[in-house]
Amino acid sequence: MQLIFEKSKEGRGCAILPEMDVATTEFPVFLKRSTAPKLPQMAEVDISRHYTELAKCTHGVNDGFYPLGSCTMKYNPRINEEMAALKGFTSLHPLQPEHTVQGALEVLQLAETYLCEITGMDAMTFQPSAGAHGEFTGLLLIRAYHKSRGELEKRRKILVPDAAHGTNPASAVMAGFTVVNIPSNEQGCVDIEKLKEACGDDTAGLMLTNPNTVGLFDQNILEITKIVHEAGGLVYYDGANLNAIMGIVRPGDMGFDVVHLNLHKTFSTPHGGGGPGSGPVGCKEILAPFLPRPTVDKVGDTDWSLAWNHQPSKSIGAVRSFYGNFLVVVKALTYIMSLGQQGIREAAQNAVLNANYLMHCLSDLYPMAFDRYCMHEFVMTLEQSKKEMDVSALDIAKALLDYGIHPPTMYFPLIVHEALMVEPTETESKDTLDQAVCILRKVYEEAMEDPSGMHQRPLNTPVRRLDEVGAARHPKLRYEF
Amino acid sequence: MAGYVPSTIEERKEMLKVCGVESIESLFEHIPDELKLKYPLNLPSGLSEMGVSRTMQKIAAKNHVFANVFRGAGAYHHYIPSQVKYITAKEEFLTAYTPYQAEISQGLLQSIFEFQTMICELTGMDVSNASVYDGATAAAEAIAMCRDRKRSVALVSDCVDPKNLQVIETYCEANGISIRSLASKDGKTDINALEDELNETIACVLLQQPNYYGLFEDAEAIGSIAHDKGAKLIMSVNPISLGLMKTPGECGADIAVGEGQPLGIPLSFGGPYLGFMAAKKDLMRKLPGRIVGETVDVDGKRAFVLTLQAREQHIRREKASSNLCSNQALCAMTAAIYLSVLGSKGLEEVSKQCFSKAHYALEQILKIEGFERKFSGEFFHEFVTSCPISADKLLAELEKYDILGGLPLSEHEILWCVTEMNRKEDIDYLIKAIKEVSQHAVDL
Repeated sequence: MQLIFEKSKEGRGCAILPEMDVATTEFPVFLKRSTAPKLPQMAEVDISRHYTELAKCTHGVNDGFYPLGSCTMKYNPRINEEMAALKGFTSLHPLQPEHTVQGALEVLQLAETYLCEITGMDAMTFQPSAGAHGEFTGLLLIRAYHKSRGELEKRRKILVPDAAHGTNPASAVMAGFTVVNIPSNEQGCVDIEKLKEACGDDTAGLMLTNPNTVGLFDQNILEITKIVHEAGGLVYYDGANLNAIMGIVRPGDMGFDVVHLNLHKTFSTPHGGGGPGSGPVGCKEILAPFLPRPTVDKVGDTDWSLAWNHQPSKSIGAVRSFYGNFLVVVKALTYIMSLGQQGIREAAQNAVLNANYLMHCLSDLYPMAFDRYCMHEFVMTLEQSKKEMDVSALDIAKALLDYGIHPPTMYFPLIVHEALMVEPTETESKDTLDQAVCILRKVYEEAMEDPSGMHQRPLNTPVRRLDEVGAARHPKLRYEF
Repeated sequence: MAGYVPSTIEERKEMLKVCGVESIESLFEHIPDELKLKYPLNLPSGLSEMGVSRTMQKIAAKNHVFANVFRGAGAYHHYIPSQVKYITAKEEFLTAYTPYQAEISQGLLQSIFEFQTMICELTGMDVSNASVYDGATAAAEAIAMCRDRKRSVALVSDCVDPKNLQVIETYCEANGISIRSLASKDGKTDINALEDELNETIACVLLQQPNYYGLFEDAEAIGSIAHDKGAKLIMSVNPISLGLMKTPGECGADIAVGEGQPLGIPLSFGGPYLGFMAAKKDLMRKLPGRIVGETVDVDGKRAFVLTLQAREQHIRREKASSNLCSNQALCAMTAAIYLSVLGSKGLEEVSKQCFSKAHYALEQILKIEGFERKFSGEFFHEFVTSCPISADKLLAELEKYDILGGLPLSEHEILWCVTEMNRKEDIDYLIKAIKEVSQHAVDL
């Protein structure tokens, strides 16, 4: 495929702007760039075709099954897009007077109310723009809490299970903490004894996903949050896996003090090839004074106001300009309104049903890392086939590409060797799951018949396995003209 | 039936049977009963698509979209070519995740590679990442890149957007970088103050170009003074101005960042926006976030892949250069399409029109009694004037003309912005409105 720069031709272009209708003021020569940027010179039709060609080489949820564990690749309803494209939302300047943006503030306020109800939290900020950004924000709240109690100097440690997402420890370090890894037990859950040993008066908090990254609900959760609280720490809920439990159990009731959500996972807003997402952070009352400003407050009966600075502020400040990825919040709100009380719960139930069904249909061939009912996702381990036949998780994943399935998450969580983490989501039909089962079984048979052939897969994709080592050793990060 | 679950009731029963359970509830048996919700969530019932459409349209209608916008201050009203909206709506791009599986993500990866190239071309830098959340977080991440064992203080110009400064302060407070403000004089960073502030603890100097008041900083001189004392120069730039303006690369900057919203992204009440980050080659491995590189596949075919991942959280965990995971990929693609549609000539034309129209507007405003320019330097498309009556009062009255006037900076100061969207007749209408309002106020 040619790069857009290789298609560019001097003299081509699109007619976009009208003629200048005021006298030209000459741009000062001493401030002028010496050469024009080399941007593509293209006719409209060729730009369209260029991107259509790129789209054909991109696999999205709408192209096929996408069971990427921990990413909740559910269907992204069209109506969400249409509502977020309403001019009444897209054309608002973020610094317009409050009385001209009452609808936008209502969106933020409704989303806060609904998401607090779903999570069992008391207040929420929408500034964080992604899950990792939410983690950072949540940890800053924990930090501000300890600081306000004069304990920040001694409470420097954030406990993170070894099964956690990589963003957890990275966010903790960004927020100025040191990380203590907590080993998992044989069931893939938090090792209570190890947790007790690690907790002390230097504990700032614990970050946890529940259901955890192996797709299991940690039954000891109340004890876990109690241990941390008794040590004077707070407990952070990584909301990446909320899809399994919406309407069934709430982080707030499990003892969590602060949560982040991934609206681009659980609440059906599209990932856009890596963003924009939205990572709102909800918290219990004790942390609310530290939330980023502004928050949305009610004035009188019907009006909303942006509260920038009410009291001598304890706020952690801002983590992003303005109010976050607002249009993503519009999409998530549309989704919550569509599903409503029943639909939210049904989504979680069917996400769990689909995962268990898929797991049961595969477990005679693919060894499962944990032998019990799973929540919304499950982890297979190819450790044995790697040892015996040199067929790795990567080989299986790459073979799936030949059949139009996006592979599961590979090599995560780190506590399972040769892991493939499968999350089908609730928006896949039994038919789709049955087809996926056939394909996965077929790939397994192919591996048995010709193990070394698996290293050649995929065969039918636009490009085949890449030289990733070469890419990192000799970085070529832009087109050279 | 509410929701997007395709399985029929019958199918669900079959699936439960395969799982060996009687009901869906059984799959949740391992959750302790004491934790389970005893009552349904306090949410409204689900709505049909038509119902939700009506509800949301009603909410959107409570907002007012101004016919004339003369406000910028970090969010800019520009024309968005039709192509931009249609291409970014392509479902392959919209519904894909981060391109972890390169073999089926070449389109997305190539588009990011093209975006990185365009950002390098715009800024005159060597390498760019695949985007961060917005201009403010880009600046904060850039400061973190400059810190080393000996240097942990960042000098931030007083003329940086105060909203960005807030974000920078939050980030730096967390990771132990001290922020010192760099004084200004006549709306621009004070070079003399810079010389006083520089010492061996200063990691970097952050400038905004054009700055918050719309003025061009003497970036080259500031950069060379900073470099003499071993500090790095970070420039936060408006990408539209780069159609004309000297690049950060030409000014000697080590890192260029900025808010990419003006490149085809609607105002959207503040987001999603686009942070871009580009750097000199020697800082390549310190860049946070995703980066796409060119390579070949086993058949020797050119291909693209996420690279330099040894910097990133999923590999390095607590030792990562940043926690960035999801970024603003689709917004980066939006910017790349915008730049492709306009080309370098089109971008230069947008830049020229913003510049000339802002100068025309200022000239006209200054003809009105009591309005004076606050600062005297060269400016791009924003400028500050005094206002003889209360700025809030003037702006409130302008709303009646369906004009969103400039941003009030103080009781009698307004920061105005003019772009290619404001026709001559719109500017003349603004002038007429200001005249009427201020005349009326005087009469009172």
